[in-house]
Amino acid sequence: MAVTIESRYSRAIHPLHAVLLAGTVPLFVCAALSDAEYASTYEIQWSNFASWLIVGGLVFGGIALVFAITDLSRPARRAAGITSYVAVLVATWVVGFLNALMHARDAWGSMPGGLVLSVIGAVLACVATWFGFATPRFRGMK
Amino acid sequence: MVRLCNAALSGNEVKRSCMLAAVAISALLGGCSSDTDSLQYGPNPQLPQPERGLLPNMTIAEPASWGDQRPTVPSGYAISAIATELQIPRQTLLLPNGDILVAEGRGGNALKLKPKDVIANYIKAKGTSSAKSGNRLTLLRDADGDGVYEVRTIFADNLNAPYGLALVDGSIYVANQDALVRFDYRDGETRASAPPVKVTDLPSAINHHWTKALAASADGQFLYVGIGSNSNITERGMTAEVDRAMVWQVGARTGAHRPYATGLRNPTALAIQPGTGQLWAVVNERDEIGPNLVPDYLTSVRDGAFYGWPYSYWGQNVDTRVRPQDPDKVASAVAPDYSLGSHVAALGVAFSTPTMGEAFADGVFVGEHGSWNRAPPVGYKVVFIPFRDGRPSGEPMDFVSGFRGSDGKTRGRPVGVTVDPRGALIVADDLSNTVWRVTPVRNAQ
Repeated sequence: MAVTIESRYSRAIHPLHAVLLAGTVPLFVCAALSDAEYASTYEIQWSNFASWLIVGGLVFGGIALVFAITDLSRPARRAAGITSYVAVLVATWVVGFLNALMHARDAWGSMPGGLVLSVIGAVLACVATWFGFATPRFRGMK
Repeated sequence: MVRLCNAALSGNEVKRSCMLAAVAISALLGGCSSDTDSLQYGPNPQLPQPERGLLPNMTIAEPASWGDQRPTVPSGYAISAIATELQIPRQTLLLPNGDILVAEGRGGNALKLKPKDVIANYIKAKGTSSAKSGNRLTLLRDADGDGVYEVRTIFADNLNAPYGLALVDGSIYVANQDALVRFDYRDGETRASAPPVKVTDLPSAINHHWTKALAASADGQFLYVGIGSNSNITERGMTAEVDRAMVWQVGARTGAHRPYATGLRNPTALAIQPGTGQLWAVVNERDEIGPNLVPDYLTSVRDGAFYGWPYSYWGQNVDTRVRPQDPDKVASAVAPDYSLGSHVAALGVAFSTPTMGEAFADGVFVGEHGSWNRAPPVGYKVVFIPFRDGRPSGEPMDFVSGFRGSDGKTRGRPVGVTVDPRGALIVADDLSNTVWRVTPVRNAQ
């Protein structure tokens, strides 16, 4: 009985995709840290930092999302786990977007929701990055 | 909704998505408040609970030109444009010989600190004139008394966003955005005879609210300057608010100043009540806690009083967006005298005289610039607040309207108002860059 092994050259995540995805980690994590500092010191500049870091995270995450959805829609690059990765990345972006709107409120109006969403967003960004790098992108061996 | 998700499905990620969806939907719904409440006027306005959905309301004016149209005035009155193509006229001053001085200009150098500032500034700018700031005083004269102001000169130039104007004992005081200055004035002059003398610097760092309102005390000893806050609700930090949100009392000759009343978020126009000599102000209150919060108001300004900003509004209603809080200041806050309605942006106030006609003899005219962040929009008119026994009494009456037409287009935005004792109301309009004059028809000249 012949066993056919089909395997393709294993491609890792696209380099630009990788940079953008990984970049969401420091952006969202530092946003959460900035919000924590604001909550602790009432110094408004920390909240301004958080606002811009969140926007940066949305830009990086948004472009990474385009890459991710492209991977999802091309059979050659789709593998087990890619759907979870895209779902978590979408969740990260949605949380980040709501967080950006929350940070548009003046002064302490962005709290406590801003800190909560920042922490959730930071955790999701880390999870999404893990999934994104861990997910293989080759047709499985049969 | 969260419980339904938990019951029906398993898996942490799906649960998280459901919770996020629930948060998103309820948050967005929170922003879609139904606007069935009518505006509340008077000394005891009904103040709803603060609310802020995730998406702020921003309804911009769609500017359009007047063409042949004019603002609407009550029957028995006539309105005409006495000067056009100005450069952002804001406040006016009537001189003893009937000449009108118009302060033109726009100031402010506040930085955009957050992404929201970038977006909000863009939207606000769409409702203002694109003319460049005049930074000057224009003089209008109707020599033959026919109602046409044929003489038009530039009284003074190279000022810095002049706004407040007052005449005291042969001196014209001008409140630029950064300093109070004084011109010598002789009756009949059409041009300033010399450069102005600085009386005192005024707080001008950042200048988020840059207008400096001005009124002279009845005896000419003092000038009162209205200084606005440097933020909506301290989002630029507390240190930016030193010497802000207050009325200064400045010695006319010495320039020495002291805070006269504090906690007034943006006192945009000041007037001295004839007879009593009491100082009155119109004040723009804070934004972003709902379409019916916080009412802009007309109030007597009492020496040493604290009116709440930033810690509270209308007396003891605490604004939770301010940290650190100050319960002592909240307890000491004075409630203002008369609510004009939220977001009307009152920018002008003037006491009336009997020559304005019987229906409008005793009270104040208030110029309402109009809202930029309320749906449906409010303001965009000049109203009359009747007074009785020296205090506001009764509902506001529209006096000049039609600045925002029924077609939704905005043709003008009233700012300063000045009463001519011979029987006319002068209205500055900084969207169409026009000065309007309203007269009772029997006085029409």
